[in-house]
Amino acid sequence: MSKEILPQNELIRVGGLTKDFGPFRAVNAVSFGVRKGEILGFLGPNGAGKSTTMKILTGFIPATAGEAWVEGFSVQKDSLETRRRIGYLPESSPAYPEMTVEEFLLFVAECRRINPRKNRQKRVEEILSLCFLQDVRKQTIDTLSKGYKQRVGFAQAVIHDPPVLVLDEPTDGLDPNQKQEVRKIITGMAKEKAIILSTHILEEVEALCSRLIIIDRGKILVDETPAEFRQRHEQHNRFRIGIEGIEISEAAAKLKKQDFAGSVATEGQTLLVKAPGRESIESALLKFCQQEQWSLKSFRKESGRLDEVFRQLTNPQA
Amino acid sequence: MQQVKPLFKREFAGYFRSPVAYVFSVVFLASAAILTFFPGQFFESNEASLRTLFQFFPWIFLLMAPAICMRLWAEEKRSGTWELLFTLPLTTVEAVLGKFLAAWAFFTIAILLTFPMVVTVAYLGTPDWGPIFTGYLGAILMGGSYLAICSLASALTRNQVIAFVLSFLICLVLLFLGIGLVNDLMGTLLPWWLAEGISQFSFLSRYEALMIGLLPVGDILFFILLGLFALATTVLVLER
Repeated sequence: MSKEILPQNELIRVGGLTKDFGPFRAVNAVSFGVRKGEILGFLGPNGAGKSTTMKILTGFIPATAGEAWVEGFSVQKDSLETRRRIGYLPESSPAYPEMTVEEFLLFVAECRRINPRKNRQKRVEEILSLCFLQDVRKQTIDTLSKGYKQRVGFAQAVIHDPPVLVLDEPTDGLDPNQKQEVRKIITGMAKEKAIILSTHILEEVEALCSRLIIIDRGKILVDETPAEFRQRHEQHNRFRIGIEGIEISEAAAKLKKQDFAGSVATEGQTLLVKAPGRESIESALLKFCQQEQWSLKSFRKESGRLDEVFRQLTNPQA
Repeated sequence: MQQVKPLFKREFAGYFRSPVAYVFSVVFLASAAILTFFPGQFFESNEASLRTLFQFFPWIFLLMAPAICMRLWAEEKRSGTWELLFTLPLTTVEAVLGKFLAAWAFFTIAILLTFPMVVTVAYLGTPDWGPIFTGYLGAILMGGSYLAICSLASALTRNQVIAFVLSFLICLVLLFLGIGLVNDLMGTLLPWWLAEGISQFSFLSRYEALMIGLLPVGDILFFILLGLFALATTVLVLER
């Protein structure tokens, strides 16, 4: 058993991970780390390599090249050790349809070596209430709705209280209320764990994740916080100012001379002022308007929409 | 190896969660009884032995073993549950063994449910208990080899029908190798040593001695080794 010391409380480290399916390179030299307390959002178009990366990390399929470590254990060399430390929700949460929810969770708990039987029973009880599954505990899984099935998948992933959680589209197919519930559970346990989740939903990344990685055609395009990501939008840090009592072109000309205004455009009686950098120019702008004694009708800061940035990055033609 | 237990329990209970167990037992016992009494002429033979029952086992198994094993791995692959299974902290060997042992245990119960036949011969005459014991032992061992082969076929595909047909074909070949006609044909086509070698792989000829009350070490080893070989190959197939 070889143990690697990972830097700065990193629970997950992935280095140069590559996976070929025949001539097709699904994952191309992907590297990243996830620290304790972090929730990493994995984003990308369908077929970008998100699920494949997760499958390698959880030990389901071997990598063609590269390495992955979980709490210092190599996924390739100490597969059992790493699997013990990971809770995994595979895509569309597969489960044995003929078992009841309770039987299924007891089965997973036993495979996870939660012993003896008394502890197992107790833990399943806790998990049933944590995931709001008490009502359906005696129901067979094939009779459950998609939302419940997803929660069963989530329940089996956290039953052994793992330090690392890998969730492949955890809120897929849930209604907005259920989504909110699952998000609440995830944030509730984030402090003590390193969590990776994949999703298509950008608002989810905003609501949940402390960091996001965008992967497209097997390659990492972006690895930053949601706030940083938002700044990539061309309209980010742009102000819309509606003014009265002065010729708009005159006002625009005056503004252009100021250092804090990167670019100035007009739209009817509205000024569009964009900052030259990433720092907010809000106070400077307000001060200037006061000095000039313009009467303001409106003053609004625009911020980039994540999905637009995402589209620009992953689909440059559009 | 301690993780074999939960898998065994789950799989074994699985047979009884669906109608599979009941349909299987009924069909198995009915076909065993019908074959024994009609083509086997159980009463006309006027013998207090189960030879008439045992001689049909290899043929009944030919359909029953693929039926019981076809879902073993194919269904896991189709429904995606094998992704769950192989990301749990258990080895492929444990998973293959757990599932195989469950199928074997269930199959053994079905074989032993033919005990009314034993009661019948005991009631009607004074049977020689030796052949009855070795006949059942042989049937259970042979059943193990059948099931191991079918488990391998099931691991090769995600389609239960393909798994069934593939298992059936492999078992059929292993069965036919022991039929006189096939042996004669191979004798004329192949060098004698090869034909002789191939005929050693037959279920029929391997079961022969056990049926008449002998305990031939070679035949018993054959069933065990064939089973282990098929299971080891299953592990390799699943690990890719």
